[in-house]
This record gives sequence, structure tokens and C-alpha cells, in this order.
Amino acid sequence: MTEHELTGNRTEFQGSSTPAEMTSSEPTQSPPSPTPAKDDRTRNRSFGALDDTALESKQVTDSVPLAIETSGLVKHFGETKAVDGIDMAVPAGGIYGLLGPNGAGKTTTIRMLATLLQPDEGTANVLGHDVVRESDAVRSSVSMTGQFASVDEDLTGNENLRLLARLLGYSRSRSKERTAELIDAFGLTEAATRQVKTYSGGMRRRLDIAASIVVTPDLLFLDEPTTGLDPRNRNQVWDIIRALVDNGTTVLLTTQYLDEADYLADRIAVIDDGRIIAEGTPSELKSSIGSGVLNVRLRDPERRVDAERLLAEILDAPIEIDSDPVALSARISDAANAANAFEVLSRSGIEVTDFALGQPSLDEVFLALTDRPATDELGEGGNSR
Amino acid sequence: MTVSNESDEPDVEMLQSAVATGDRPDGPNAVSSSLTFGWRALLKIKHVPEQLFDVTVFPIMFLLMFTYLFGGALAGSTGAYLQDLLPGILAMTVVFITIYTGVTLNNDIDKGVFDRFRTLPIWQPSVIVGALLGDAVRYTIASTLVIVLGLILGFRPEGGVIGVLAAVALLLVFSFSLSWIWTALGFVMRSPESLMGVSMMILFPLTFVSNVFVDPETMPGWLEAFVDINPVSHLVTAMRGLMHGSATAGEIGVVLAMSVALVVVFGPITMYLFRTST
Repeated sequence: MTEHELTGNRTEFQGSSTPAEMTSSEPTQSPPSPTPAKDDRTRNRSFGALDDTALESKQVTDSVPLAIETSGLVKHFGETKAVDGIDMAVPAGGIYGLLGPNGAGKTTTIRMLATLLQPDEGTANVLGHDVVRESDAVRSSVSMTGQFASVDEDLTGNENLRLLARLLGYSRSRSKERTAELIDAFGLTEAATRQVKTYSGGMRRRLDIAASIVVTPDLLFLDEPTTGLDPRNRNQVWDIIRALVDNGTTVLLTTQYLDEADYLADRIAVIDDGRIIAEGTPSELKSSIGSGVLNVRLRDPERRVDAERLLAEILDAPIEIDSDPVALSARISDAANAANAFEVLSRSGIEVTDFALGQPSLDEVFLALTDRPATDELGEGGNSR
Repeated sequence: MTVSNESDEPDVEMLQSAVATGDRPDGPNAVSSSLTFGWRALLKIKHVPEQLFDVTVFPIMFLLMFTYLFGGALAGSTGAYLQDLLPGILAMTVVFITIYTGVTLNNDIDKGVFDRFRTLPIWQPSVIVGALLGDAVRYTIASTLVIVLGLILGFRPEGGVIGVLAAVALLLVFSFSLSWIWTALGFVMRSPESLMGVSMMILFPLTFVSNVFVDPETMPGWLEAFVDINPVSHLVTAMRGLMHGSATAGEIGVVLAMSVALVVVFGPITMYLFRTST
């Protein structure tokens, strides 16, 4: 039931990426005034605290048992504060996304929750057990797929899974059966008897996830499960994650890709510099940072000046003129306005060949939330779109 | 690297049935999980047989080299020298081979495989114990080679088959215990190369400044003092005794006590590093 509610939020969000449905979006408030991260004393600020969606989601958080609850988690590596006071509440069931650029502290956080790292300060409770004092209890019901494939390259796919099945307590014969079942389900039948070092990236990742669910965990940590995969393999991994969640497993995943968080997650925490700078459902996140970039292409380059003037009036935003003589674009905050703009352009007889609202990139999320883009060293993730 | 064909697709229905099994087997006991990790080590030998190079070539090289190099000068004949040298060379080669334990571990840490093992609900030391059990197989291969070659060259143990087997067993126990030093270092050192460097620095004096090659009584007093407390000397004394049927309980007891001490000290250090390494 919980899952159903949470899924509802996600679906609502997905609709808003096409112009036709934008009109049905609730009018939303303008982006929150950017707050420099350093002075942000009110961490975990919820998006759009004033609108109904936020209230609703708050109730969801309150009424559902929590899979993960952390308070003031801190981890230093030498002088660097990798994680700087993280408070998180992850409801049981569904997918929770930790979104942030490289180096934001996602991996460190997830490793502390998976009992791989001890926090320097703060507490973390996973499925009702303290990660430090009751690490054995946590380990018995969670599983983790690390960012770097944590399967043994020298062994075959079969051997890797059988090894883990044995280590999880399956008998010799049951571990063979379980291995065969997983190998087939993950589409690795042909590769099963080959050494993992001969696998492609997508196959390796699939084996890695299979290794994490030899015993179906209550909570699965996935650290950047699709980084480096091509779209086809990415979709396969998404399907796998969905199948797991349908079965009742809670998934905490980290990602640098906003679209992945949008597509998969029921709730998202945006993490930057070791802190959570925003948290909420994808729709709350979207509405608080604006609807992204509107790209318009005209049939007639002569009309671009007119189009520019009209769009500037309606959107109340600076219009960018592309080097392509028929293209214009604008960063907009309100999707409903974009629909109006389309109407106005048509009424003025300006023929539009392409009118698309692009999702905001991770860069734009960060720009909206921190008043600075995801910095260069934090890399490719920011420019993923 | 060959890139495999990806015609195989995950099957969502099969996936759902695969995750729907509510199996929750009880975790394995310590012995079972250790043996499973031992099995992993054997699988690695099967897939990467090159790693047996060190346990085959080293022992043969050492035995031939030192027998013919020193035999005539130190004992009058190579045959006479071999009776004393063989137990020592056997101890020396196997003790040398133990450093690969740390190197293997160091490689594993880099690859992320350990992350998986560390999140399993198992008796955590079994990861290391299992690896060491796998190494014991390698030590046995090395021991067999040295003894067989020795017998061909004229080694005649008075302790008989039992004595030789007992000596090898004692050597395996000591090597297993000594390996915990290298496992601890395996977590501390950043690269296999630096680990090798440090290990060699410890092992060269430990093996050469011992009673393996010559009688310590010919050495200056301060050196003799070191040789007398060197664990490898005690090991070699006990092994010679066992192979030639003259070992005392005290000689064997000292080696076993040292082995226990090594595990008691370096076992917990290794496990602490295992739990806390990033």
C-alpha cells in the first residue's frame, strides 16, 4: 500500500516531461532562494513545504516504518570531511535515491550504512539495528553492490554465485540450483562457465547484482548501478531493480544521473559536500528547481526575432539564441508558462517545428539549490544530459 | 579481452520468481565458511596456474643451488651436507613463499571483492583462514617437491615416513601462523610491490641468519645470540629432529608456542584492519 502511494508520486512526475501534460501540472512556487551550502543550518529542507504534495509525503514518511534512519553521520578521511552530518529517513519499501556529483559523499554514506565503514560521529539505524553495535544483524538482512564490480574476475560466473550461496549457508546441492536459477534469470546462461574477466560491463554488473540477491535481501544498497553502462544495459539494470522492489525489497541507490533518480526513485535526497541539501519526492524536487530548459525550433529563421520577443514576455526569462538560426532556448521555472508560450507562438503565426521541454540536468539542480553548478572536478555526471 | 555477445537478456518473470523465494538459510558455521574460502583459493589456482610457479621453481632452485654450492666446503661432501640442509631448505622455501599470502590479499582488497565478503553474515576471520588453507595446499606442493628431489639426491631421513610427515605438518602450522604477519601487512601496504619490499626485509635476515646453512657456534657471539632466538632456527631444529628421529618435546613445543603467539598477536591485528580498512 505504501509502495502504491509512493509510486503514485513518481508517475505524476514522469508525466510532466511532455508539453501536452504540462498544462495539467499544478502551478508551482518559484524556486527557493538559493542558499549557500555552508550557511545552510536547516539541512534536510523539504521541497515546497507549503504545498499539499509535501504534506502528503510527510505523512507517508511518518506512517511507514523506516528502513534507514541516520542522525548526524560524519566521516572524515584525514583532513577531508567526506560526510558532514547526514540525517536521513528512508521509508521501507520502494526506492530511495541519493543524488549527487562525484565526491559528494554518496559512496561513503552508503558504505557506512552497509557496515563497511564506521562513522566518526552520529548514529545510523538500518532495519532496526545500529550499524556499529549490531553490525552482524544488519549484515544478515542487507546486501550491497559496490560501484566497482565486487565479483571475482578469475572465477566463472557460476563459481562466483556458488561461492556466495555456500557462504550464505546453502547446501552444496541447493547452491547449485540457486546459481542456475539466477544465471538464467539474469540472462547469463551462455557466459556462466567463462571467467568473469571476459564479461562485458553490462554482464558484469548483472552478475554483481545477482550476487547481491543470492538470498533476497530486505534492503539492497546499489552504488551507482548504471554508471558506465550503455542505454540498453542501463534499461536492463532498471528492470532488475524494479523486479526486486516489486517483491518488497527496499533499495537505496546512489546516482549521478537526475533522470535515473527521476525514473526509479520514490524519494530523492540531493547530496553535496557531504550534506543533504534537499530531500523529497521527484515531483517536489522538480517543481522547486524549475522545469528545465525549453528548446524551440522554428520553420522560418526570419521569425526568430519575433519569437524571441514573444517568449521573453511570456516566460519572463532570458532567451538564448542558438548558433543554429532557427533555434532558441530558455531556462524556465514554470512548466505551465511553456504551454502558454506554445499557444502564443501558434496564434502569432510563427510555425514551430520542435518544441521540447528538456529535463533539468544535475548541473541545473545544483545551480538552483546551491547557487553554483556541480563543479568541474565533480565531473561528467553534471553534464550527463 | 573478448567482449561477449549479449544476446542473453535478463528475463523479468524469471527474475521475479528468483527473488520471490523466501529462502533464508542459516549462515554457515566457521569451519564451513573457512573451507568455502579455501575452495575459492583452489579455484583460483585452477584458473591461474601460473601462481604455482613460485612454489615449484623456488624450492628446486634453492635446494640444488645450496647443496652443490656449500656441500663440499661445509660438510666435506654434498651427500653429508644434504642430511642437515634439506630440513632447513624446506623450512626456508616455505617460509619465503608465505609472503605471497599477503600479496594475494593486497590484490583482493583493490578489486572490491572484500567489500562483498565483509557484508556477509559469516565468521569474518574465515576469509583469511580460508585463504591460508588454500595456501597450505601450495606449501604442501613445495614440500613434496623438495623432499622428492632430496631423496633423489641422497637424503636419507632416519625418522622415516612418519618423521618426515610430522616435520612437514609442523612446518605447515608454523607457516600458517607466520602468514598472519603478512595478512596484517597486506592491509597496511598500499601496493603489492611495497609489501614485497617490506616482507623481504624481514625474511632475508630471518631465514639466512639462522641455523639453516651452518652451525651457529662458528659465528661471533652477538650473531649467535640472534640466531639462537630466531624462530626459524627453532623451526629448523625441530624439523631436523623429527626427520632424523631425535626431536624432543621441548623443541617441538617451542615451535608450537611461537605459532600460537604469532596468531594471538597478528590474528586480531589482521581482523581489526580487515574490519576497518576502507
